[in-house]
Amino acid sequence: MFKILKYSFYDLLRSRWSYVYLGFYLLLGFVLLFLNQDLSKAVITLMNVIIVLVPLIATILGVMYFYNSREFTTLLLAQPLRRSRIFLGQYLGVAGSLSLSLVLGLGLPFALYGLFRSGAIWDFSLLLLTGVFLNLIFTALAFLVALANDNRIKGFGYAVLLWLFLAVIYDGLFLLSLILLEEYPLDTFALGASLLNPIDLSRTLILLKLDISALLGYTGAVFKSFFGTSLGLVISLGVLLLWTVLPTGLMLRKARSKDF
Amino acid sequence: MKAVWLLILFWVLPVPALASTPGQIEVCANCPVTEVGDALKQARPFDTVVVRQGVYREYDLVIDKPLVLMGDAGAVIDGERKGEILRVVSDSVSVLGLSLRNVGKSYTADYAALRVVKSKYFHLEGLLMEQLFFGIYLEKSSHGVVCDNIISGDAEEEFNSGNGIQLWYCRDIQVSGNRVSRVRDGIYLEFSDRIRIANNISSDNVRYGLHFMFSNNDSYTDNIFEANGAGVAVMFSKEIEMKRNTFRRNWGTASFGLLLKEINDAVISQNRFEANTVGISIEGSNRIAYLGNTFQGNGWALKVRGACYTNTFSNNNFLHNSFDISYNSKVNDNLFEKNYWSTYSGYDLDRDGFGDVPHRPVKLFSYIVNRTPETIVLLRSLFMDLIDYSERVSPVFTPDNLMDPSPLMHPSS
Repeated sequence: MFKILKYSFYDLLRSRWSYVYLGFYLLLGFVLLFLNQDLSKAVITLMNVIIVLVPLIATILGVMYFYNSREFTTLLLAQPLRRSRIFLGQYLGVAGSLSLSLVLGLGLPFALYGLFRSGAIWDFSLLLLTGVFLNLIFTALAFLVALANDNRIKGFGYAVLLWLFLAVIYDGLFLLSLILLEEYPLDTFALGASLLNPIDLSRTLILLKLDISALLGYTGAVFKSFFGTSLGLVISLGVLLLWTVLPTGLMLRKARSKDF
Repeated sequence: MKAVWLLILFWVLPVPALASTPGQIEVCANCPVTEVGDALKQARPFDTVVVRQGVYREYDLVIDKPLVLMGDAGAVIDGERKGEILRVVSDSVSVLGLSLRNVGKSYTADYAALRVVKSKYFHLEGLLMEQLFFGIYLEKSSHGVVCDNIISGDAEEEFNSGNGIQLWYCRDIQVSGNRVSRVRDGIYLEFSDRIRIANNISSDNVRYGLHFMFSNNDSYTDNIFEANGAGVAVMFSKEIEMKRNTFRRNWGTASFGLLLKEINDAVISQNRFEANTVGISIEGSNRIAYLGNTFQGNGWALKVRGACYTNTFSNNNFLHNSFDISYNSKVNDNLFEKNYWSTYSGYDLDRDGFGDVPHRPVKLFSYIVNRTPETIVLLRSLFMDLIDYSERVSPVFTPDNLMDPSPLMHPSS
């Protein structure tokens, strides 16, 4: 498995995609800090980028990589290797290289601008951690979609739709249901609904760490008492982990029974 | 040698001479007078009572003639929580430099460390008050000065704590340079007119840093209000001048920097609002000029709750607030012009310093949050940004004439 992981990793390096993303994040980090010297403000702006772009990039690159390396996958399948090893290796290779680009690309500028001497380091670490989780989650989802669809166009469509749903449409439905049900106490519902979507969960987790929690009023108090405690943090990271493990497991199961 | 002797003689002689000067009474453990109360009784009008270093366990002291009551450093009057410590009922009284502590607590009487009743021309300076119920309580008094006092309480709840400096039916009083912390209301004015409040620091109070009720023609300038339970409240008052104050870190679900309720004809200028849940919460206030204020990093910079007409907002800076303005009606009669908005996305082609397209500061999201507070959990989500953008292009839910036609391109100083 490790060999396949390494192969996928170097494959991405050779095809320059890793460098492109690394460059993109580096540029983003430097420009942000150049325009705005305040580290904690930059973290807020960065949050917007991470919760939207990281899933999108992971989705698209995941699907693209899977379709592009189909011949190689078929070749590997002919070898005496376990299928779960092959796909897990490829998956971790892609997700790993994306995460590395993210961590290096954003970590370097912030470290150069004195992250280690500022109080924003914990917020920033949490931001990177959720970013890595989002990478893992959306690459897994992309692989799952690609495995389920042999037709590339269809696969791409579904994957982007999935991203669109989780990033935009879900919030729309969420908002609609909050407004329709405004007569009822909604805090637990809001809490549950934001736990169910990894993007919303990441957003809430970071927002509450960034000292705007008092803004959230009464609902915020409910959220704060949940996310603000270490138990809440553990639960949310647990849910993120579940979001990673579940699609990966499904993907492996699908791979085992799929007829290539 | 002779010169030195002479010098010593001159230096030593005046001391006993001063002590026996008519008009001055000394209070200390080994003096003829050992209690402040006795000294106040013995003193004739316009005498000076000097309290030397030491702790005097006395309460219910009354000053009923024009006097100067002076404390040396370390002169403490300890009320032992039995009642009021000092009461001034005469004109032209000065109380300087004393420490007053352990005021009695009561649910029926407002015990104060120092109460001034129906007095004119009083001067309270350099007092230190600790473990108090009410600090300085001025009633029906006028033409006085309250300056450079330090009042630090230990209040934890509203119902069993008192105010730091309270003015009730007072006129023409200057309150300046005081530091008030951890009481119920730092400074409280009720039915008091023409009061000047300047350069005070009011922080960590249980309720308000400064609280106005039915008081007109007052001003407060250059004060700092920080981390108070709810901020500063100005209610039912007319013609108040609020300038160059700093409102900082009033965080909490029901907290604000400044609350205006039923305020007319006021000027609010050059103030700074930093990191408050709500910068200014405005209700039923008319003809107010908001000029040159800076709102930075607040949850809501302005929360306009209705019945606010003919107000002017100009040359203010709105920097990085989660919401700049929340507005709960579709009617707008207030004027916004020449403000700087950090969220402004327009351009300035003719380079005159003003943006060429108007700025609409009310987001659809803030309208939605007003209706259903729980929706705030969607703060900063992509979906919200999208509908905010479309609302900004063509307003449907927010007042379409609420806009800044000439937004500044750079923050005004």
